[in-house]
Amino acid sequence: MSATAISFTGQLINLFASVILLLAFAMLAQRRVMPLINLFALQGATLFLSTLVVAVSTGQHHLYWSAGLTLVLKVIALPLILHRLVRRLYVKWEVESLINIPTIMLVGIGLVIIAFNVALPISQLSDTITRGTLGIALATVMLAFLMMITRTKAIPQVVGFLSMENGLFLAATSATYGMPMVVELGIALDVLVGAIILGVFFFQIRDQFDSLDIRHMERLKDM
Amino acid sequence: MDFFVLMLAIPLISGLLLTVVGERAWAPNLNIIASLGTFLSSALLTVGIVANGPRFAFGELFFIDSLNVFFVALTTFVGLTTSIFSGPYMKNEQEHGRLTVPRLRLYKSMFQLFMFTMLVALTTNNMGVLWVAMEAATLTTVLLVSLYRTPASLEAAWKYFILCGVGLAQALFGTILLYFAAERVLGETGNALLWTHLVEVKGQLEPTIMALSFIFLLLGYGTKVGLAPLHNWLPDAHAEGPTPVSAVLSGLLLNVALYAILRCKALADGAIHGGFAGNLMMGFGLFTLVVAAFFLSRQKDVKRMFAYSSIEHMGLITFAFGMGGTVANFAGLLHMTMHSLTKSAIFFAVGHATQKTGTQLMENIRGLMHINPLIGWALMLGTLAILGMPPFGVFASEFMILTHAMKHHPWATPILLLALGVAFAAIFGKVQPMVFGETEAKPLPHAPAITPVFLHLALVLMIGLYIPPYLTRWFNEAARMLG
Repeated sequence: MSATAISFTGQLINLFASVILLLAFAMLAQRRVMPLINLFALQGATLFLSTLVVAVSTGQHHLYWSAGLTLVLKVIALPLILHRLVRRLYVKWEVESLINIPTIMLVGIGLVIIAFNVALPISQLSDTITRGTLGIALATVMLAFLMMITRTKAIPQVVGFLSMENGLFLAATSATYGMPMVVELGIALDVLVGAIILGVFFFQIRDQFDSLDIRHMERLKDM
Repeated sequence: MDFFVLMLAIPLISGLLLTVVGERAWAPNLNIIASLGTFLSSALLTVGIVANGPRFAFGELFFIDSLNVFFVALTTFVGLTTSIFSGPYMKNEQEHGRLTVPRLRLYKSMFQLFMFTMLVALTTNNMGVLWVAMEAATLTTVLLVSLYRTPASLEAAWKYFILCGVGLAQALFGTILLYFAAERVLGETGNALLWTHLVEVKGQLEPTIMALSFIFLLLGYGTKVGLAPLHNWLPDAHAEGPTPVSAVLSGLLLNVALYAILRCKALADGAIHGGFAGNLMMGFGLFTLVVAAFFLSRQKDVKRMFAYSSIEHMGLITFAFGMGGTVANFAGLLHMTMHSLTKSAIFFAVGHATQKTGTQLMENIRGLMHINPLIGWALMLGTLAILGMPPFGVFASEFMILTHAMKHHPWATPILLLALGVAFAAIFGKVQPMVFGETEAKPLPHAPAITPVFLHLALVLMIGLYIPPYLTRWFNEAARMLG
């Protein structure tokens, strides 16, 4: 499609989607835990704005609710919980020794290309104004996955996990204008409970290993 | 009174109640009574479904037909026997100093909530709620796996959470794609994720999207089933969690995840022609079976070994459902039932055995026959049953799967036979010295609950010798529904 054919709202949504993707790359390269959480909150805020724009332009009422849910959960509640955890666990100044950030970035670019190719046939079938963003959503999911693989500390892994959820949410709004309300509420509840359980879990891990480095946890394997 | 509502309400309320009141002397009994209540209401629900056909509940939010009522009955039955087993087992663990009072409270409340989430996953009509319930089932069991708070159990729980979380994220993406495909046909009403609506229009769903959606759903829920190469969490979670948790994970959770795949397969089959979904499942199933069979012989931990045996059987069942058709589906359902009953019985027996000997290492468990002949026999018979020896029911279902494979997919038969043979050699060779041999272990303070073990084995034996016509009719109907 030609660039002129995209409406203003469509351009706005594409802009927000690309900001989300950019933030996913920023998180991939961020080694300090506090800025990482802030980046995650920023990604949530962008997701909130993009959902809001879709809601306003399409007039879908339940999208206002999902936008509100995103704001409360991903911009306020989860970053707040993570901040508190980091302070209580005294890991505020932890720096992760990431192996070779440029290589990780290159792998990430490869993943984005794959994601766009996978999403291409679906995007062509979609008649929503947001169809271009499905590839970006899948790319965000894959980058979050890559982040989880490359991290060795517990909290960054969890941020990766939550960022993956952001990507999925973007996919839901971009392909279908959001899932039915009951499902979205359920997903939000699961994410929140999951975050709380993980919080409990962090303390158990720290008490047991004196560290949140999951490289200590490599005892269980099949020879 | 609606038995369906009762069945969902009992585990939910008793789970919350057990959280609030804490660990009292009657808490184990409450746990058993609640499980008994759940089982009885599910039994009455089953009778109603078999007599009157499928029904809805709470508008169209829940849908119960002969397929899922079968899983519901199995789930509540194993839930009941596990709660009976866990009474004395957990008391022994407490005396050994491995568990404190607050953890026992956590165990009981989470056990009931876990049952609740599984029952919701099985009976919901909404594919999105199915995902939510599967995720909730993961969350309730994470804290159960790390109940002992040992380094190994924390590691296992972390692995379980992260791997299953990532897996389920893929399943969510698959669900979003499914909704996307359905919305084009069903419109933007809230009905586009309801299975009963989806199945009516499955022929009109866009094949490209459905193919992609099914791949994501299979990978996602397949992680929870333990399909190779996504099975890494499973042996750790089974080996490091308390034995009752291993029993319900192996006997129930894997089944529920497989049920989710079966529902998705029914939709994918309608949309995509040429057996795409079936072939994918056959491939994954066969690969899982072979990988697990060869890992079996390398295990040193008894619970880990039987966890690999669960992976092996899940592979076989996935293969059976992948072949499709009434006969293979019937065999798959039968094998699922037999595996659940046998494997949980084995975990019960193994639990008592490891408590007696104080170790999970197989080379240190010797002479169970001398310590307690009942446990010795239970482990021996359970092992023979799970390995598919006649006259147990596993033989019947494996025989059906093998003959069906020979007829329709002859290329797969040598692989199946090889894997089953390797598994037999590995497991039997390790269990035999554990049961017979010399030992000097001491008796336990609380007598083990051995009834559930023999109850399960008796059922497996009965179905091996004679399947009641009632059960056959029920299985047949469920198998036909799967297409």
